[in-house]
Amino acid sequence: MKERLVLIGNGMAGIRTLEELLKLDTEQYDITVFGAEPHPNYNRIMLSPVLAGEKTIDDIILNERDWYSENGITLKTGDAVSDIDRVSRKLTTESGEEFVYDRLLLATGSNPFIIPVPGHDKEGVIGFRDIADVDTMLAASKQYKKAVVIGGGLLGLEAANGLMLNGMDVTVVHLMDKLMERQLDMPAANLLKASLEEKGLKFMMEASTAEITGGDRVQGVKFTDGSEIDADLVVMAVGIRPNMALAQDAGIHCERGIVVNDTMQTFDPRVYAVGECVQHRNICYGLVAPLFEQAKVAANHLANMGIARYEGSLTSTKLKVTGIDLFSAGDFDEAEGDETLVLQDPAAGVYKKLVIRDNKIKGAVMYGDTMDGTWYFQLLREGTDISAFRSTILFGQHDLGDAGHGDETRVAALSNDAEICGCNGVCKGDIVDAIVKKGLFTLDDVRAHTKASSSCGSCTGLVESILASTVGEGYDAAPSKKAICGCTEHSHDEVIGSIKEYKLKDMQSVRSFLKWKNEDGCATCRPALNYYLLARWPEEYKDDAQSRFINERAHGNIQKDGTYSVVPRMFGGLCTPSDLRAIADVCDKYEVPEMKVTGGQRIDMFGIKKEDLPPMWKDLSDAGFVSGHAYGKAMRTVKTCAGKTWCRFGTQNSTGLGVKLEDLTWGSWMPHKFKLAVSGCPRNCSEATIKDFGVVCVDSGYELHIGGNGGIKVRVTDLLCKVETEEEVLEYCGAFTQKYREEAHYLERTAPWVERMGLDYVKKAVVEDADNRKALYERFLVGQKVAQIDPWKARAEGEASHEFNKIEITAA
Amino acid sequence: MSNWIEIALLEDIPKLGSRVIKTDSMEVAVFRTTNDEVFAIKDECPHKKGPLSQGIVHGTSVTCPLHNWKIDLASGEALGADEGCTNTFSTKIEGGKVFLSL
Repeated sequence: MKERLVLIGNGMAGIRTLEELLKLDTEQYDITVFGAEPHPNYNRIMLSPVLAGEKTIDDIILNERDWYSENGITLKTGDAVSDIDRVSRKLTTESGEEFVYDRLLLATGSNPFIIPVPGHDKEGVIGFRDIADVDTMLAASKQYKKAVVIGGGLLGLEAANGLMLNGMDVTVVHLMDKLMERQLDMPAANLLKASLEEKGLKFMMEASTAEITGGDRVQGVKFTDGSEIDADLVVMAVGIRPNMALAQDAGIHCERGIVVNDTMQTFDPRVYAVGECVQHRNICYGLVAPLFEQAKVAANHLANMGIARYEGSLTSTKLKVTGIDLFSAGDFDEAEGDETLVLQDPAAGVYKKLVIRDNKIKGAVMYGDTMDGTWYFQLLREGTDISAFRSTILFGQHDLGDAGHGDETRVAALSNDAEICGCNGVCKGDIVDAIVKKGLFTLDDVRAHTKASSSCGSCTGLVESILASTVGEGYDAAPSKKAICGCTEHSHDEVIGSIKEYKLKDMQSVRSFLKWKNEDGCATCRPALNYYLLARWPEEYKDDAQSRFINERAHGNIQKDGTYSVVPRMFGGLCTPSDLRAIADVCDKYEVPEMKVTGGQRIDMFGIKKEDLPPMWKDLSDAGFVSGHAYGKAMRTVKTCAGKTWCRFGTQNSTGLGVKLEDLTWGSWMPHKFKLAVSGCPRNCSEATIKDFGVVCVDSGYELHIGGNGGIKVRVTDLLCKVETEEEVLEYCGAFTQKYREEAHYLERTAPWVERMGLDYVKKAVVEDADNRKALYERFLVGQKVAQIDPWKARAEGEASHEFNKIEITAA
Repeated sequence: MSNWIEIALLEDIPKLGSRVIKTDSMEVAVFRTTNDEVFAIKDECPHKKGPLSQGIVHGTSVTCPLHNWKIDLASGEALGADEGCTNTFSTKIEGGKVFLSL
């Protein structure tokens, strides 16, 4: 018999946990869900837009009743659990039914806090928590005129805005002197108050409620200073309290919430708890974002995998009031030793404040222009040292969207037909629709359903901003520790570290040692593992062709029609008449439909049928060519200028040095593509300062530049150091390359890698520590012994022939 | 309908790999899994006709090399959030030989 898992609480946290559990194991449990409300699971944070008339209840249902039955889950709504007997593991419902559980998951959420002033129980006094509250408010707005919202926090303001849009005359009563005091500082709060007043809301600040007056139904609110206002409806939005009564009665340890450890387990090992009812490391979360991570961890342990830990969440806030852009995250109250950066443009209604401590963002408040909120939040979560771009940080992240979008990148202002993802042609409206209709919360979800930002990734920031502005505070920011893929909980760094430390020398050992969920891995992790093993154990690991992307398996670039392109290596971009004649002959022989000269100074031949590749390579190989690796995560090209042999400005032999560098580095596999260039003088005709490793010759020697990139996000190199001889150039190049090969994440180019690690870190390893540099260089040379075997020649001689030959049959 | 055609020895197809079978009218991709199961599907992704035979095989699915759609080898259906389906064909293994029925 299957184990019985019972979930109490049919809300977002509990159901998300079940969804995560079903991803891991569909067979382990018989699952029953109890919900006090008569609805299937809906998106509670979307209640504000429903109240405001921008969405309907149907729009915000996350799991239809069919979902429960399709997954074999029994759903019981409208009959709440009234008692838990932990000794006999038995639940009793209000109607007297009894259920036995093997494991119990509590996701009872929270209750709105109702201030216990006289008259708080009159008709027309409500909280703002569920569909019933929204129905009450909508009904009241049709019948009555005056509404009072007590509480000027996030929820209170959204309720007030909704009631006002439904035609009511709304006054917001707030105890403090500024709105949203936990999320905003004074200047931002004042800006917010002014815009809401402009929309028609009234405010009473520093007003303390003394009594709700009236007969059966509310008629007014009286304050401690003796003043009074009329009210036909009072909404109390002064905070929430974890709903832990059931757990408390059952003797489960509770403080302000149900206390759980890092595995989301309560003091009773059979009982787990997630969501707003929980107190974790002394924090009760009132926002939705943390529950996604909690759900993952709880599911992991319910599925007996036992490896995930929840370590708390940092949260950010966004107000869901149409037309108001507001974002806050972290702790923005300046303390001793903090520094504050402020950008204020009252005319444009823009205010941004960042609180910095030890060169890291500690908190952010933004009003009017929140485009970069998700970026600041990411810097905050990842603890990024901002000193390098501190002087421009308030102006935002320049690489959001494609270059040149300028103000068009203000997400809120974009029209629905504005194209967000240029690679896949996805518009803002498509993304918003998918988020709302399919109930998406994470960037990965949005990518899977819309393809936006799933190709080149340059619009990731925009897509995240749309996600954040559509789902408000429910936006699940990607955790700073990212797992390689769905097969594992482990990050790239953990995998790289384990391969080295535990001497894991084949893919199966890595997957079993690190407890991979899928036996074969997947198309994302297999190429990464193959690379990591190859980079760490070049002499021992046997390359796995089936774990390589087709381009690297077939040693050519697959084109959209399934043909391939062929780029022979021309060291340093130099060539001879006989080289060109040989290439021309090959093109004639195999009827190559198109040729072009590449950006890396090579010749590209397009439209080659796969079965023609080996014979074509044989002809090229006979003429002295080797593979140009133009298809691989590998060393691509060394681009050169004329140099002092011919150029009247040249200071050194740039072509000669280019050939030496290419001799040294060709054939080496990398985390991503890797390009070099050598310029003969500071005029830099070979564009060495946007290459992964660039050399700029000067009269007195060679400047070495690293971490440049000319692709999606142009990045100019950092100067690593200056050296005097060609031998030094080669040694530094090999050492830098090896450092990158050993430590960067698969598919991470040198530009983001250098930014992530910091230039000082690279300098220390490669420039300042001569012994380490020599050791890195030695390890690079060892790897090259294996890598510099021409794959084209080998295949021309018959290796992996199954890859290229089709089996022909005559269908009967 | 069971008109079996012998196409190759099992060992001619690499584990977690594929071979392309060329017929008069189309190309069929024949895949071999870790556990030596063999599946045959039309060598055309339902998305933009990418050659599925060139993809990375994992479990009983293949990831298309052009735009990373994941296709179930048994049903030909796209997995995950994508929607689409490609034709599947029956296969059997007898005495180390692989047979295909079109």
